[in-house]
Amino acid sequence: MPGKDVKIVGFLCNWCAYAGADMAGMARMEQPAGMRIIRVPCSGRVDPLLVLKAFQEGADGVLVSGCHPGDCHYGSGNYLARRRLELLGRMLPALGIEPERFHYTWVSASEGARWAEIVNTFTEAIKDVDEGS
Amino acid sequence: MLGVFICQCGTNISATVDTGAVAAAAAGMRGVAHAESIQYTCSDPGQAAIGAAVREKRLDRIVIAACSPRMHEATFRRALERAGLNPYMMEMVNIREQCSWIHADTGEATMKAVDLVRKAVARIRAHVPLQGGKTAAVRRALVIGGGIAGIRAALDISAAGIPVTLVEKSPSIGGNMARLDKTFPTLDCSSCILTPLMVEIKQHDHIELMTNAEVDDVRGLVGDFQIDIRRRSTCVDEEKCTGCMICQEKCPAPAPDDFNAGLCQSKAISVAFPQAVPLVASLRKQYCRRFNGGKCRLCQKLCPAGAVDYGQEDEVVSRSFGAVVAATGYGHYDWTGSYPTFGKGLYPDVITSAQYERLLSASGPTGGLIRRPSDGAEPRQVAFVSCVGSRDESAGRPQCCSVGCMYTAKQAILTKEHIPDSQSYIFYIDMRAGGKNYEEFVRRAQTRYGAIFIRGRVGRIFPRRGKLVVMGTDTLAGDQVEIEADLVVLAAGLTAAPGAGELARKLNIACDETGFMAEEHPKLRPVEAAAAGVFLAGACQGPKDIPATVAQAGAAAAKVIGLLSRGELETSPMVSAVNPSRCAGCFKCRDVCPFGAIDKDRLADGLVTARVIESLCRGCGICNAACPPGAISLNGYTDKQLLAELVEVLR
Repeated sequence: MPGKDVKIVGFLCNWCAYAGADMAGMARMEQPAGMRIIRVPCSGRVDPLLVLKAFQEGADGVLVSGCHPGDCHYGSGNYLARRRLELLGRMLPALGIEPERFHYTWVSASEGARWAEIVNTFTEAIKDVDEGS
Repeated sequence: MLGVFICQCGTNISATVDTGAVAAAAAGMRGVAHAESIQYTCSDPGQAAIGAAVREKRLDRIVIAACSPRMHEATFRRALERAGLNPYMMEMVNIREQCSWIHADTGEATMKAVDLVRKAVARIRAHVPLQGGKTAAVRRALVIGGGIAGIRAALDISAAGIPVTLVEKSPSIGGNMARLDKTFPTLDCSSCILTPLMVEIKQHDHIELMTNAEVDDVRGLVGDFQIDIRRRSTCVDEEKCTGCMICQEKCPAPAPDDFNAGLCQSKAISVAFPQAVPLVASLRKQYCRRFNGGKCRLCQKLCPAGAVDYGQEDEVVSRSFGAVVAATGYGHYDWTGSYPTFGKGLYPDVITSAQYERLLSASGPTGGLIRRPSDGAEPRQVAFVSCVGSRDESAGRPQCCSVGCMYTAKQAILTKEHIPDSQSYIFYIDMRAGGKNYEEFVRRAQTRYGAIFIRGRVGRIFPRRGKLVVMGTDTLAGDQVEIEADLVVLAAGLTAAPGAGELARKLNIACDETGFMAEEHPKLRPVEAAAAGVFLAGACQGPKDIPATVAQAGAAAAKVIGLLSRGELETSPMVSAVNPSRCAGCFKCRDVCPFGAIDKDRLADGLVTARVIESLCRGCGICNAACPPGAISLNGYTDKQLLAELVEVLR
């Protein structure tokens, strides 16, 4: 089974990404079982410290996903998230965390297939890092 | 004391997740006094079991592992309220959409479900009872789009005494239905059903009609949307114009006739169609000689009412609305790019069914006589091609247009009625006639009207000796067929209306991958859009026929009436709150808040701290993430709650 030992924390916004993950479920799109989704109202709610805390607690990967640019339920939350997370991503190597373990991306409420694909490829990418190290 | 309920959802969950094992694991978690697995937790016995456990074991917070909270969070909050608990002392765990439905291995799925339940159990310990407030709702609804869906919704809402503003982009209401000749399966004349409703809209005391108007900007939220509506300049004073059409007769500048699907020309200043509501002329500047460097002022000189005003400018009207109905209808798929073997639109006698509808209509360019565009001859052999830009992966259009089979059968019947010695051929993939009396209607087209149905796709259409050769496959006979037709009618697919995506963005609602506006749930919330207070009616939500459109418009109207009839709305308590003893007064929260919901508060000792204006806060939590000392936090999504979840899923 792919992703058996890989544990990922996913912070998903309620309006787009979380609904997209639900959509993938409704279409019965099989995914690796390591993803643990935490629902937040907006990707802008995701404090970078939460991401770091997840790594500190032993997450193999952290994914943040919200609405596509321009589609934020609150107007600008995903733009703020993007600024924070982009910086965070650049900081990770300094903390000894491979940048491949962190990913942020946008998924709309109707993109179930896209969500399933993201979980698959992100899980694989982390497994590659694990094997490489 | 904590209660945990694991839903089996029939076998939806229990087929992959060992719900008994999850309940057993939950029973051992800290603070859990009761854990059980229930067949259908959302059902009456399921909710009763929650109530019984609350009373028996004095539970004060409940975890329910079931479907997505997007599906039943509201249901279970009500269940808690009935059980005498604060509705926000409940946490849902998604073990269906995000667990049982996406995993095959029972061991893995069960392990994950246990993880997720543990996370919720940890999180709910940090829950505090929350109380929603009340806010006044504006008793006025906005309906966007004046086709049959918008018309029906506006009439139904106003029937409840709620005033409506109906905004239509084009010069007249009526939409696509006004262009149809007759409607299946009854062959009622479309105009006879629609035009009286259009007139009713115009005459209704509670309905404000704005044509040539579009939504410019949307602010606020359910109960109090502030919406700017742009009324485009038409250079005609609507109050003065009598619709006499003298301007249209005398105007020297040709312009495309949108109403007649481009089959004939109209004028730069024109009335949209003879039954238009409102019956007033409008001028399209891009075709007008005066606006393109010329000196012509004929319309202004000749207008007996003095209604033409070249200096008229766009006007932006701002209004408050309690609710919005989107009813923007559909657009027509442009087939010319994807079907090069059909002639790319270069053969005049290969037309779309929308154009054919205008040829059939008594109000059309030929007065209801079927005349083919190339030479005006009456066709004898008419070939209909279904599913052009529908159910066709190679064109990137897998979806069914849901009306093509029926209107093609209808057009074949009408062809025979217009030209008794004609012969219709219908190429089809499958006949989809699922509605009431639809199958009988299609059968009638075959038996009584002699239409020949050929099951198969068309590969090529090309001209030969004044005719059009339609080459296709007959998959039932297993043979190639070649029909020589005088006229070919393509049943082009339906798309989202042009501009629908932009409007959806303004309204903060979602569209699906085909561009149509998305409903919240196909069965539980079929007319609700992603933003509270925004409802969907008709084909803006997906292709549908007139009966379904009208029914959905009525449903959307009922939702608006239900929302606005009480005069006030409950507000969500999931808003931000400031802990003044921690606040450093840096106001980063105010910088990032998209809603201006942060105010300054001067404490008794002179310190300035942030304060949340709860009526403006929408609960995004952006401030929570931005606050350096952690003084502001979002109810329901506090740092404490998210950290508890984090730690538990990684245990």
